[in-house]
Amino acid sequence: MRIRNTGRRQEGVSLMMTPMIDIVFQLLAFFVMTFKVFSPEGDFNIRMPSAAPVAAKKTDDILMLPSLKVRLTADAQGRLTGVYLGENRMNNAAPFEELRRRIIQIVGDDAGPGSAEDSEIELDCDYNLRFEYAIDAITAVSGKIQQGEIIKLIDKIRFAPPRAS
Amino acid sequence: MRIGERHQASAVELDMTPMIDMAFQLISFFLFALNFAGADMDERIRLPISELAKPPEAPFESPITLQLNQRGLVFFAGEEMAIPTLRSALRREREFLQYRGGDPAKATVIIRADARAKTGVVQELIKMCQETGFEKFAVAAKQQQGT
Repeated sequence: MRIRNTGRRQEGVSLMMTPMIDIVFQLLAFFVMTFKVFSPEGDFNIRMPSAAPVAAKKTDDILMLPSLKVRLTADAQGRLTGVYLGENRMNNAAPFEELRRRIIQIVGDDAGPGSAEDSEIELDCDYNLRFEYAIDAITAVSGKIQQGEIIKLIDKIRFAPPRAS
Repeated sequence: MRIGERHQASAVELDMTPMIDMAFQLISFFLFALNFAGADMDERIRLPISELAKPPEAPFESPITLQLNQRGLVFFAGEEMAIPTLRSALRREREFLQYRGGDPAKATVIIRADARAKTGVVQELIKMCQETGFEKFAVAAKQQQGT
């Protein structure tokens, strides 16, 4: 019986690296070209049930939900000229800070019956008002940051019907 | 003059391993950093900034994104249109949603309005969506740096 020659020198299997490196670099180029840095975005929920929300509401709901009205006025250029909570005008130096303070006084910031969670706020803005001021008002009434944590205030926010331009 | 002895040029071996390692690490980084949600973000819109703007904990149900620019034009479904002409596009969207078995009342309309846009235009946009059958809205804001 012939014994197979095992002492023969094995030929090295050559791995073709070039195609792999090509495709790796093409992938890299694709990701580098399509990479975009986005700042994180958040959303504020707005509850607007229907075009005629008041008619659809139950009487109980109206009694249970203390509805607050925030009015924002603007000049012709859309700059903020006044912030009102009900009939009270906020201090012009820091209107949204005062708005938040008053909201906390009215509804509190603890969870539970009769607290901020049950309240609803209506934003009544001048047509020309720049939207950033409306977001400032929504921010002021919807919460505050305390020691890095968000303390929720009023969650139910809606817009009043648009005013004439 | 003595002519230098010719040596046989030995092949210079380039060690490719660290380079391939690095390339794969970079690919992994870009893969993980790939943000598919960014497809809805239009860089032409300068969002208002809010300290409370945090990404939602759960994704919205059937989100419809409307982008409103400073001039009061809406970007929707790849087209730029004025608010009155948006109505028919919203109706088509509602019908498509209903055809797929969805409920327009449960769909969330995300409004990405420019900080310089008029609030009245945003309200008109919301009103039009209401008239078309949409009820849930979310207004987008950019997260304030450092919060």
